[in-house]
Amino acid sequence: MTDARIFFLPRGVRMRWDGVRGRQVLLGPERALLLDEIGHAVMAEVDGESSVAVIAGRLSRKFEAPVEVIQPDVAEFLDGLLAKRLLEVRP
Amino acid sequence: MNTPHRRVAAPPPIAMLAELTHRCPLACAYCSNPLQLLGAQAELDTETWARVFREAADLGILQIHLSGGEPAARRDLEQLMAAASGAGLYTNLITSGIGLTRARLEALVAAGMDHVQLSLQGVTAAIADHVGGYKGGFDRKMAIAAEIDDLGIPLTLNAVMHRTNISDLPATIDMALRMNARRIEVACVQFQGWALKNRAALQPTREQVDTAKRVVAEATERLRGRLVIDFVPPDYYADYPKACMGGWGSTGLNVAPDGRVLPCHAAEIIPHLTFPNVRDTGLAEIWRDSHAFNAFRGTDWLPDACRGCERVNQDFGGCRCQAMALAGDPFAMDPVCRHSPHRAKVDALLAEDVSDDWTYRRMAPARP
Repeated sequence: MTDARIFFLPRGVRMRWDGVRGRQVLLGPERALLLDEIGHAVMAEVDGESSVAVIAGRLSRKFEAPVEVIQPDVAEFLDGLLAKRLLEVRP
Repeated sequence: MNTPHRRVAAPPPIAMLAELTHRCPLACAYCSNPLQLLGAQAELDTETWARVFREAADLGILQIHLSGGEPAARRDLEQLMAAASGAGLYTNLITSGIGLTRARLEALVAAGMDHVQLSLQGVTAAIADHVGGYKGGFDRKMAIAAEIDDLGIPLTLNAVMHRTNISDLPATIDMALRMNARRIEVACVQFQGWALKNRAALQPTREQVDTAKRVVAEATERLRGRLVIDFVPPDYYADYPKACMGGWGSTGLNVAPDGRVLPCHAAEIIPHLTFPNVRDTGLAEIWRDSHAFNAFRGTDWLPDACRGCERVNQDFGGCRCQAMALAGDPFAMDPVCRHSPHRAKVDALLAEDVSDDWTYRRMAPARP
């Protein structure tokens, strides 16, 4: 099963490097999430064009792990941010 | 004149509340500003705020809340927004909407404003204008909410709830949806400062709070992915205290209009604290070294009963300002806690007669 949803960062949400903490952070309304390496790797692929399946495919090659293992984790991570309205799905 | 005092290591703060001014056209009886309000002549100027914003970013602060009073009362708000955004901070404007226009909103967006938090006093003009003490305020707020939506600015509706308006919670949530808000904060009044003074008129009943909790739980499910609902309950009915500020001096700081830096907006009521000022001390030094920020940092200073409690790392002994206000001792266990020797004081307040009158927030006559 391929997940064809395309996520994007809505206005008011952005990711940036936090030099003080040495981490990537995701900033949105009243929220600041410190991203770990995996979280950042996923978010770096969220470009408003690539589907969840495509992102999972790229990460699968990058981390040399089976895509059927990676895709549910990627989807769960992105769905969590969707529920917080830090991400949106392209209509 | 630094006297020796305890210092506790703390991670860098995440957020700053910048109270740009105490001036405000509204006069809400629960205003979080202190009872002794500052006039315009006491306020930091544009350049000093801009320096503070840069110091904040260097210290590790990620988010800045430009607040008041009503921040739009500052004619240099657009410049302050540009300075905060230019420092790399995520910018949030906390406003009643009064004093904003479409042109000012456009200028603020151009200056880098990320998000607006609009306060709501009630869902009808009759209630809202009564609560805010400002006739016509509701209509002006609705007009500016429409402009915010039209400009696509990310919006949180901040609905402050109390006895007079908490029963309108379903209509309040509907209003957030109509405004295309992404978030709503259902913030029950916390009894500090003006709100404590007016508690008898503001305190919701236990039944009202229980109903509100059910409404929030239902709406959270129904609106998942569409509207984020954050609920701040009134803690007098709770068995355990709130984790005030996530622990004293742990995540955020508050800069008052005159430049004094406080661990929270209510901290002025604790008489043995003196607050350093950004006019003469750097923000990093204030955060790391000042007595005020170290006074209640960590948990080792807490009463034995708190330190031995399994909840100590959840609520950190509760709110210091509440301990001061109700128990007369900022080192005491938060009187809301069911284990507090002062809990009877909270229960006595809850048993008091309610009042239909409140004292509106007003500036005291200027002191000589």
